Amino acid sequence: MFRNTYDSDNTVFSPQGRLHQVEYALEAVKQGSAAVGLRSKTHSVLLALKRSTGELASYQQKMFRIDDHVGIAIAGLTSDARVLSNFMRQQAMSSKMVFNRPIPVNRLVSSIADKAQVNTQEYGRRPYGVGFLVIGQDNSGPHLYEFSPSGNSYEYYAMSIGARSQSAKTYLEKHYESFADSSLEDLVRHGLHALRETLQQDKELNVNNTSIGIVGPASVHEKAVPPAGPFRIVENEAVEPFLQTMIAKDTATGAGAVPPAAAAATGDEDVQMAG
Amino acid sequence: MTQRPQQHSFNPYTENGGTILAIAGADFSVIAGDTRQSEGYSIQTRYAPKVFRLTDKAVLAVNGFAADGNMFVKKVRQRLEWYRHAHSKDMPIRAIARLIQTMLYARRFFPYYVYNILGGIEEDGTGAVYSFDPVGSYEREACRAAGAAQSLVQPFLDNQIYFKNQTPAPGTSFPQHLPLNTVLSLVIDSFTGATERHIEVGDSLEMYVVLAKESPSIQALQNISGIQEKTSTADGERIFVIRRDLKKD
Amino acid sequence: MDHFPTNWGRPRNDAYDAYGTYPIAQRPQNNPKDAFSAGVQHTQQPIVTGTSVLAIKYKDGIMMAADNLASYGSLARFKDIQRLHAVGNNTMIGAGGDMSDFQYIQNMLDELMIDEFTAQDGLALGPAEIHEYLSQVLYARRTKMNPLWNSILVGGFKDGQRFLAYVDLLGTTYSASTLATGYGSYIAQPLLRKAVEGREDVITEAEALEIIETSMRVLYYRDARSLNKFQVATITAEGAKISESKSLDTTWSFAEGIRGYGAQTQ
Repeated sequence: MFRNTYDSDNTVFSPQGRLHQVEYALEAVKQGSAAVGLRSKTHSVLLALKRSTGELASYQQKMFRIDDHVGIAIAGLTSDARVLSNFMRQQAMSSKMVFNRPIPVNRLVSSIADKAQVNTQEYGRRPYGVGFLVIGQDNSGPHLYEFSPSGNSYEYYAMSIGARSQSAKTYLEKHYESFADSSLEDLVRHGLHALRETLQQDKELNVNNTSIGIVGPASVHEKAVPPAGPFRIVENEAVEPFLQTMIAKDTATGAGAVPPAAAAATGDEDVQMAG
Repeated sequence: MTQRPQQHSFNPYTENGGTILAIAGADFSVIAGDTRQSEGYSIQTRYAPKVFRLTDKAVLAVNGFAADGNMFVKKVRQRLEWYRHAHSKDMPIRAIARLIQTMLYARRFFPYYVYNILGGIEEDGTGAVYSFDPVGSYEREACRAAGAAQSLVQPFLDNQIYFKNQTPAPGTSFPQHLPLNTVLSLVIDSFTGATERHIEVGDSLEMYVVLAKESPSIQALQNISGIQEKTSTADGERIFVIRRDLKKD
Repeated sequence: MDHFPTNWGRPRNDAYDAYGTYPIAQRPQNNPKDAFSAGVQHTQQPIVTGTSVLAIKYKDGIMMAADNLASYGSLARFKDIQRLHAVGNNTMIGAGGDMSDFQYIQNMLDELMIDEFTAQDGLALGPAEIHEYLSQVLYARRTKMNPLWNSILVGGFKDGQRFLAYVDLLGTTYSASTLATGYGSYIAQPLLRKAVEGREDVITEAEALEIIETSMRVLYYRDARSLNKFQVATITAEGAKISESKSLDTTWSFAEGIRGYGAQTQ
């Protein structure tokens, strides 16, 4: 059953200097449905594809509100995400209690990255099987971070995680230079276009499978958002006006140049390690 | 006479004066407090709010030991935040009232030295006032005054809201609920009266008005100077705050 | 009754589960009871004390003053104690009450600022955050019936905003454009209010110093636990500065004419 000699314990390095369990955890992130994040000078947005296990089932929650100024989208094990997001909520609340200050987004992301790192080093633990895109706003404006089970966290202009996220990344890399000065509507449209790239052949984005998370002032499609522009999750019918703004794939500029989506790893295959 | 060693122990409480008041209408609730904070004969500050917006349908007024009051409001807000995380909506006011009871009673043997009055709108759209003692006994009422000038204000409210010691003119009856403009006048009169007769009341008055969804009582707020809206959700209930000066002597 | 069989018959000081049989969070607390700490007395009264601290808002920021005396009861015990302390570049605290508690608070805040600095993200705590933190610490300590026996003023200037607030051993907080602790709250506060209220944006630094010095002089005349040697701090856009110790000219000749107490015979 073992696929590698040095993978039964995450505290043991392989002779190549790698921690196989940690890399498997990163694979767990890639099994989750995709999430996309983008940032402009005024807004940060998240877009995520919700999966359902069948016609009779509801869709899995992909976004969590952490505080008025922070929210996350997840890819991977939802149960691990709940534990981590609860921890983030506690951190946010403790900052409010002790300093009466909304927690700076970078501190929040570092705090979970540090937690994840412990799991890559201590005996008897396993890494988290979930990755986050974190958006938030603080004194230094809107932010977008990626958090991964390896204990790394980076800030991005635009990023995607989860299944087939490479296709979304290709789209984002092509367009990211225009994001900084984008309106919120354009930013969301780019996000939807990027998210669309992660879909399987016959699937489409619709009001049921699309979640949008926003921080920053209200969009023309939104109602009753306080002026501070706190984090909010747009779902169901409220997504429709945003979906309407999408440009059909054949006519979308440059969409044709996007390479076919990378094959998602299936359960039976051996995991391919990067270089 | 033998002298015994004196044990002088630290007193963790003080009393910071001021008065709070809330009145429920048919589809609105008014929650008010003065902003003076004092200790003994000293005015510590002329502006320390005692009335706090919790949600778009609930406002909490705290009076007594200010440090306990501020901490209590912080802790209630934390619990409401967890409720929001779990249920993606604001806690209804009757649930907040029960929450406050359990939080107060949890400290039965080292109480928060605070009198709480919670005002707002119930899920059925009626105006509500809940009043508490420091260890959590509570009831829903139509009006309540608490704090330094409770003994001055409550009898006035009993007379003007409950019509105690009044008899209606022949063939008429007293109204069940008073209109918003009448209630606002009563609140202002209560505080100007209390300011005259109680040294711990004064400086300025903050009145929060919570209106039910599409409440026609909004009419009464049209021409009020300096009114400020504090609503933050699209749930339908609306919150306003009105500030008035009181005498500063 | 402990229903977890692995807890039964365990040695009292089993620091960790040698066989890794169940999670740390569920392991029993088998540490010996700390009988010593139960016998430790908490502070019931201050010992070496400082008297008033004054502070006002003015055009460019905050000005704060406190004398250099730490008394031991009625004995003027230490005459070169600094009761003003800068926390970072934007905040100043000044304390009356127990001086050992205050020095503990200084250390605590200095450590806090270092911890924050080590995050290396350029975010520093401002006066409002430091005041909130102090309030939480003092309130938590009073709730444990083990107070830090001080009245503290926190003044600051950050992002173009003035900040001035009070916190004491009970965790009581408030904010105003003039503040004074201790005896100063009776004697100096009325003078400060008369001179400052409504003029916060007009008063120049020279004028503010004049107001502060007048009040410090009155306090020296009237407060038997004060000293004619004090420091003045300013917190402005230029940062937090504490002056050298200084003293004021005072006149005592009028005392000769006072009758009714003292050693005079008629």
